[in-house]
Amino acid sequence: MSKSEKENRRIGRGAEAGSESDAPIKLELSGLHKSFGSKRKPLPVIGGVSLQVHEGEFVSLIGPSGSGKSTLFHLIGGLLQPEQGEIRLDGRVINGERGHIGYMPQQPALFPWRTIEDNVVLDHEVNGIPRRETLDEARRWMERAGLAGFEQAYPHMLSGGMQQRAAFVRALLSPHGLMCLDEPFSALDAFTRSEMQTWLLDIWEETRRSVLFVTHHIEEALLLSDTIYVLSGRPSAVLRRIEVPFPRPRREEIAESPEFLALRRELTGLMKEEQRKTRSSDISGIL
Amino acid sequence: MSLRPTLNQWFRFAWPPFVAVLFFLTAWEAAVRFFGVEAWILPSPSVIAGEASKSAESLWMHTLSTLQLTLIGFAIGSSVGLLVACVLHLVPLLKSALYPLLILSQNVPTIALAPLLMIWFGFGLLPKIIVITLVCFFPVAVSAMDGFAQTDRTMLNYMRMIGANRVQIFRKLEFPHALPSLFSGLRIAATYSVMGAVIAEWIGAQKGIGYYMILQKSAFRTDRIFAAIVIIVVLSLLLFLLVTLVERLVIRGGRRSGNTEGGELR
Repeated sequence: MSKSEKENRRIGRGAEAGSESDAPIKLELSGLHKSFGSKRKPLPVIGGVSLQVHEGEFVSLIGPSGSGKSTLFHLIGGLLQPEQGEIRLDGRVINGERGHIGYMPQQPALFPWRTIEDNVVLDHEVNGIPRRETLDEARRWMERAGLAGFEQAYPHMLSGGMQQRAAFVRALLSPHGLMCLDEPFSALDAFTRSEMQTWLLDIWEETRRSVLFVTHHIEEALLLSDTIYVLSGRPSAVLRRIEVPFPRPRREEIAESPEFLALRRELTGLMKEEQRKTRSSDISGIL
Repeated sequence: MSLRPTLNQWFRFAWPPFVAVLFFLTAWEAAVRFFGVEAWILPSPSVIAGEASKSAESLWMHTLSTLQLTLIGFAIGSSVGLLVACVLHLVPLLKSALYPLLILSQNVPTIALAPLLMIWFGFGLLPKIIVITLVCFFPVAVSAMDGFAQTDRTMLNYMRMIGANRVQIFRKLEFPHALPSLFSGLRIAATYSVMGAVIAEWIGAQKGIGYYMILQKSAFRTDRIFAAIVIIVVLSLLLFLLVTLVERLVIRGGRRSGNTEGGELR
């Protein structure tokens, strides 16, 4: 793990890029290992991942498909136990403990028998916070998310983008400080997706929650994040850590700046190489 | 998407089966008259209707008795079925041990068990309730268990990630998710329970439609047997409709069968 840390590079950090590193560490993963399969023939999926999310920082994880990003989330969420390494939240080890994070899955996963309003407060309900204490805040955020007038609607009456926004508000309202977003826009069409990215950028810059964001979309990661961790193929480790230099509040237009394009080219190259390595190792595994 | 179909819609759905039934009855009536079939072999619909209205009072008394038995049995049988489903779902070891036996138990015909139950429990209400419970319990238990098992994986994953415990997952996700499936089991159980009640009354009772049928059989009153059959059909239908009605009241969010999913709105 120290090897990959040494490889970390700092790319032209802008003065306004924020002082995340000065902020206390919200989440810290150190040397996480996890394998599946039998004891005799283990299949290592996570091979020593270390990373940090500071308070109020937007951190993205990108990596080739099958690099164990979802497994990593399951470790953080406490659904799985790592074989080695520590997960610390606010300095406390939370290996295998559930109920410490807000979560937004790939599919909106709104409950079809609940109104949007009742869906949005589900996390509170599960954490034993009475509904009346949260409804005002919920309504405010729903309005902010363009869901005003849909409080009493059922999920099937909403478009895909609206459903994802409701799922985001649900995660945002979670009483826990850290939000984990698992490829939240991957099921949307390209236009809705870019609309959602701008929306998320706006709303995040207003709230400044600590976010861990998994994506395989390079531009999305560059647009939204303060820090990007690039994961290698299986068994995954941190290949590189990149601090995104663009000042906040950000505009979509940064996507046309030469700096953005250079970073995108670099990341694309890195990802392509990893994808190729993964594929060839898969093939040799079969042979 | 109103709950009640308009009169016009209802009419459009109702008239084809209505005409079909009318046609069938007319053909029956004509055939009986034309071939001069004896009334004790096959009475014509008009004769059946005439006899039914003549003995309406006694038929009504027996119907009420059967209806009462059916409702009690259905309530108990469905509750037991649902309870068993919940317990087996929450204790996976128990499920893997008992589920095959549950399936196997359905190969034992209820009608064969009924005389045994009479011997063991006498001629009171209890053995009849047990017969109906045996008939009702299976479709409810299986449909509820299937509903629990088919819970949406992404929703389940979400609940686990936000730290919901086993009971919360069951109450807030698995149970409401299984409701449509549970109700299709209840619909089947509702019609079965009428059958169960009639069988129980055949074996031993002093009143009820089943008892009435046995009585009329020994008197070769085919017309009255037909009247009883019509009543049984109507009872089954009414119970079926009752369950459907309750389902409409209980299930929310466009998940009823027949509703297309994801009516989009932008």
